[in-house]
Amino acid sequence: MQKPAHGESPRIGVYICHCGLNISRTVDCPKVASESAKFEHVALSRDIQYACSGPGQQSIRDDIAELGLDRLVIASCSPRLHEPTFRQMIESAGLNPYLLEMANLREQCSWVHIKEPEAATEKAVDLVRMAVARAARLEPLQGRKIPLNKRTLVIGGGIAGIQAALDLADNGYEVVLVEKKASIGGQMAQLDKTFPTMDCSI
Amino acid sequence: MTDAGRHPGIKLLTLSEVIDVKGYIGNFEARILKKARYVSEQDCTACGDCADVCPVVRPDEFNSGLSTRRAIYSPFPQAVPSAYVININECLGHNPVVCAKCAEVCEKKCINFHMSDEEVIEHVGSIVVATGLEAYDPTELDEYGYTRYENVLSSTEFERLVSAGGPTGGELIRPTDRMPPKSIGFIQCVGSRSAKKGAPYCSNICCMNTVKSTLILKEHYPNMDIKVFYIDIRAFGKGFEDLYKKSRSLGVQYIRGLPGNVVETGERGLRIAVDNGAGGKIAFHNLDMLILAVGMKPSKTTKKIQEMLGLQLSPDGFFLEAHPKLQPVDAATKGIYFAGCAEGPKDIKESVTQGSAAAARVVRLLHHGEMLSDPITAEVVQEECKICGKCAEVCPYGAISVDVKRKIAATVNPAACSGCGTCAAECPFNSIVMNHFTDEQIVGQIESVLSEDPATKIVAFACNWCSYAGADYAGVSRLQYPPTVRLIRTMCSGRVDESFIWEGFAKGAPVILVSGCHIGDCHYINANQWTVKRIDKIHKKIEKLAIRPERLQLEWVSAAEAIRFARLMEEIETLRRGVTPEEIEHTVRVLAERKKNNNE
Repeated sequence: MQKPAHGESPRIGVYICHCGLNISRTVDCPKVASESAKFEHVALSRDIQYACSGPGQQSIRDDIAELGLDRLVIASCSPRLHEPTFRQMIESAGLNPYLLEMANLREQCSWVHIKEPEAATEKAVDLVRMAVARAARLEPLQGRKIPLNKRTLVIGGGIAGIQAALDLADNGYEVVLVEKKASIGGQMAQLDKTFPTMDCSI
Repeated sequence: MTDAGRHPGIKLLTLSEVIDVKGYIGNFEARILKKARYVSEQDCTACGDCADVCPVVRPDEFNSGLSTRRAIYSPFPQAVPSAYVININECLGHNPVVCAKCAEVCEKKCINFHMSDEEVIEHVGSIVVATGLEAYDPTELDEYGYTRYENVLSSTEFERLVSAGGPTGGELIRPTDRMPPKSIGFIQCVGSRSAKKGAPYCSNICCMNTVKSTLILKEHYPNMDIKVFYIDIRAFGKGFEDLYKKSRSLGVQYIRGLPGNVVETGERGLRIAVDNGAGGKIAFHNLDMLILAVGMKPSKTTKKIQEMLGLQLSPDGFFLEAHPKLQPVDAATKGIYFAGCAEGPKDIKESVTQGSAAAARVVRLLHHGEMLSDPITAEVVQEECKICGKCAEVCPYGAISVDVKRKIAATVNPAACSGCGTCAAECPFNSIVMNHFTDEQIVGQIESVLSEDPATKIVAFACNWCSYAGADYAGVSRLQYPPTVRLIRTMCSGRVDESFIWEGFAKGAPVILVSGCHIGDCHYINANQWTVKRIDKIHKKIEKLAIRPERLQLEWVSAAEAIRFARLMEEIETLRRGVTPEEIEHTVRVLAERKKNNNE
């Protein structure tokens, strides 16, 4: 294969999320949005109350359609939280889900620099600058279909493992239940009565 | 239990341990060591004739050593499978056969000394980790006299003493005189909520377990004098407060304050000194018997399973879930789920709830029978590959095939590749593209962040699973640290290419931090060991260029180490402040010269 080359002139949409007051109490979101509008390849930059909300997502989808945005930077919370949300959103707007980059303005900026709003705002601009630079270089990616083995390995034959195994098996999924002792039952088997019902453990 | 034992959809492997897991979501291969039982599971009817003739007597683990069993035994009456088992280390009869009394009396001939351990391979699509807990061993809490006085017992031992199936048939007796005690005390938080001994966390179940025990005692022995010594009673669950109130109304005394020490008096009584918090005086209580309400520890197998499956642990040593509220039974590693106390102390109801939740998550994953793979994988640019074999050497998954002898260029198996990017970082010829974390993308981030006032900024690489998550955790915990750091996320610290470091310093970075999972905790088996080697190498090179090696830092921060992350940011900021403009200028100059020379 060839080393992929990124699109000639990306049209990036940048969204600075207030997250209610979580971000905007510390970071000057409108200012970050206006600063971000100056970055190369940015076709639209604006602040938004809740990017993840239904109306928030819809307004972004509308922008994509109206302005022909081809990649997005969402500056909000950690990608570990909402990256899947926004990937689904841009996919539903007809873009490849991997043409999304997030800037973490909440966990890694507003929440950790509460007493330094100016420096936090400056950092937020930088985080968006980095995200835009990355977004401009993103490439569409496509997963491939892989078969899933429908069996499950449950490690541990205590009450939790037994419950998981039974629920799976009753749903028609094969289970391998591995227990290191000679019998399943775990700690619970050794209890006499159990709260709150005061009945036997076994 | 019996349902699980006879369910046609459940293959039950007891005396078995998972020793290795390979593969990825939807396609795991587990190696399981099934130890020999020496009794046929299918044929044994659990008649018990074998145990009757066995001459070897040992303490019975199930009854916390309060009774005995033989070398051939049933773990407990309701055991599943019900077959007997031989502890071969205790048995006299094998190799050469000197005893074999059990085999002689077994009518169904199900005893076989020649059974051997076997290895079983299982292919599965998902894994539920339900490895449970260990009860806290109170030996180290010497002030309670657990090892010195026979009438001081742990709550796990107490359970067996009041159990109808236990060694005394449910009669509570003192171990010393085998007489029912007239008075009994319970000490709470043994091994819990203590920074010094045991664990700092609340074990969740001990309050209610003691409340339950007092109710059982009051039911059987209404006149027994029962005292509970506690810090706080945590009766937070549905119906729990009612049980607590009932216990109090039956005359159980709840006394705030943990005993300072316990001494034995005449007739094997126990004298307990308790600092009465309210009055500031020490009160003494004479009791016949004392029960230590022991807390929960992570199972001993936790560390092994964690390394095997590439999972993370919370600071308390239990497994770390993907999200504490929204994904409480998911591991960060796809296709792996938690149930029960493996994830943290919890009671039966919560364990059952989690077991069902984990099953529902598995069904959600597996019911389509196929899934879209994560395209964040590496690709070799075939025509640029020089067939050196380095990529295959560093790949933790063996996902790269290359034939150096026959000059066949490297290829990546996308199904086996997990996307750590170590191969792309190590390829000496820059012939590997790490999708979604390409050189171009990452260098773009470095250039943009250092395009203005680079001297005021710290460039920090953080791996997705540990260090970036640790930074997120610092945020969730509202820990405050200097606003100079700019994080660049990679999937693994192994992705951090040497060229990224040169790029950063050449663009005027005062300090660069590379951070990842602790050694042994790497999400990509051992990819971060290549990070160590690489950073070592760069340290030597920059030293030769008269650049202070301290300006390139390598630190490990786990997903749970929010405080450590915040502290580290303070330290790195101090380091940044110590870097002079002259130093940066020198670095930028020598690196520009170096680049020029390299190009020539």
